[in-house]
Amino acid sequence: MIDVKNLSKRYGEVVALDQISFTVARGEIVAFLGPNGAGKTTTMRILAGLIPATDGNVSVAGFNVFDQPLEVKRRIGYLPDTPPLYTEMTVNEYLTFFGRIRGLRSAALTSARFAILEKCGLTAVATCLIAHLSRGYRQRVGLAQAMIHTPEILILDEPTVGLDPNQIIEIRKLIQTFGGEHTVILSTHILPEATATCEKAVIINRGRIVAIDTIERLTAQMRKSERTLLRVRHGDSTPTDAFLNLPGVTHVSLQHSETSPAIAGESVWVVESAMGTDVREALARRVIEQGFGLLQMQPVAESLEDVFLQLTTQEETDGRAGSERAEIV
Amino acid sequence: MKNLTTLIGKELRLYFVSPIVYVITAVFLVIVDYMFYAQTVFYSSVSAQMMRFQGNLPSINLHSMVFFPTLMNAVVILMFIMPLVTMRLLSEEKKTRTDELLLSAPVTVMEVILGKFIAAMVIYMLMLGLTLHLPLGLGWITTLTAKPLMAAYLGLILIGSMFLATGLFASALTENQIVAALISFGMLIGFWLSGSASPPDAESPVGAAIRHLSVVEHVEDLMKGLIDTSDLVYFISITLLGLFLAHRAVSSQRGA
Repeated sequence: MIDVKNLSKRYGEVVALDQISFTVARGEIVAFLGPNGAGKTTTMRILAGLIPATDGNVSVAGFNVFDQPLEVKRRIGYLPDTPPLYTEMTVNEYLTFFGRIRGLRSAALTSARFAILEKCGLTAVATCLIAHLSRGYRQRVGLAQAMIHTPEILILDEPTVGLDPNQIIEIRKLIQTFGGEHTVILSTHILPEATATCEKAVIINRGRIVAIDTIERLTAQMRKSERTLLRVRHGDSTPTDAFLNLPGVTHVSLQHSETSPAIAGESVWVVESAMGTDVREALARRVIEQGFGLLQMQPVAESLEDVFLQLTTQEETDGRAGSERAEIV
Repeated sequence: MKNLTTLIGKELRLYFVSPIVYVITAVFLVIVDYMFYAQTVFYSSVSAQMMRFQGNLPSINLHSMVFFPTLMNAVVILMFIMPLVTMRLLSEEKKTRTDELLLSAPVTVMEVILGKFIAAMVIYMLMLGLTLHLPLGLGWITTLTAKPLMAAYLGLILIGSMFLATGLFASALTENQIVAALISFGMLIGFWLSGSASPPDAESPVGAAIRHLSVVEHVEDLMKGLIDTSDLVYFISITLLGLFLAHRAVSSQRGA
């Protein structure tokens, strides 16, 4: 559905995208992940036919973006990072305008508008001026605009920015209903979002793709051991790490992370064991035997966040990134 | 074509929900009406005096003494208010980044530019239409020669299209409405004054070219009721140049 080959984009001397290639199949929901300035928005704008590339080839729905931009534009819905709105229009007028400009007419337009108002939870504010809407509603109006003509491909640049948690969940569900038949590309720097909505992730850093895979595989790759977090109340006694040294345990470390500051009489350990060995029962027994209180025990899942951090910082330590750093210092 | 009507409709909607158009129209009509009234009173006193010198009446008529000065002044006012009509058109889209959204839909830059220009022309024609109460009112109590008036109104339409196209181009250059208005003021005043300020070497080709660019002569011809093809070519070509430059400005900002 989307085929990007050796795409490069330079703004003068600045290289925004450096030879990136990826494909997206019909019906996939793909997350574009990367830190600020990684090239996410640039890629999306090129996909939407808004800016030309310096080099490379992009085909969307079988059409070359640079040769047949109108054919591509007929088949996409696009939401830029800040929803661009005509604040003097009502929601209805705005959606009608964007529906018409994308080829919907009369009855089809009306039914599409009602459907999208319903889906995006905008029915109650349909006759309000956009200028009077809150940020969350505005974001949803932007989304509704991108989806009103049920495009084959939906390109969303940070679709859940500025929404409250409930709305985020609703919007994610809405995006997921689009998967299957329609292809969705969304960019985000909020990692749980990618985990919650997307099957596949493209991780991009400094204009280069550092990983493309399904999210499960990406996280599985990074896992080298089972880790268990243990919070223990031990009162006045100060146990050493050694009491957790059980068969199967490979490493024990005392943790006082920012999320669990030291409370007098409590300690937090992370216990690592070999892949496939579950030491939780043994650990629980040991804590009780020692006469301590077991407050919390939880397997530590390797999150996409770790993968992301590792991949994007790895890149930084080798090659050109290293020299740039030196300059800044 | 269908896109074009949608785009024109959207621009008109945005015009009518903003107070700018109403204020501009009101100011324009009040000033033009006052000038018309003053000229008519002057004309009637002059013609009363003329009655005494029977026999050799010099050629005075309603068109040259009432409509010509009124409409010439109207053009000067238009020079100041037309930039306010066009300033928002492209700059605001750029500022709110709706231009990006607009162009992610299957429309061309040309359609967007034409849609805006035509919508602005519609607004201008409505303003012009409202001034028709002057000739109609006067025609009710006396006889008017219609043809010079029709030529003058055709001239007003052409002049307006040139002013609007210039303003549209200015609006493509910036994100700031005020800056857009100032740029088009500058360009229009330049067109107006290039005739009266004599260039250092008036006989040189450059001097001649600058004089030919001046809008005043062409406006005078048309307001007198004279249709000269060179005037038509002048206004139409500057209008097309403005639209072309606006198109280039928008396209180049997309890097295309």
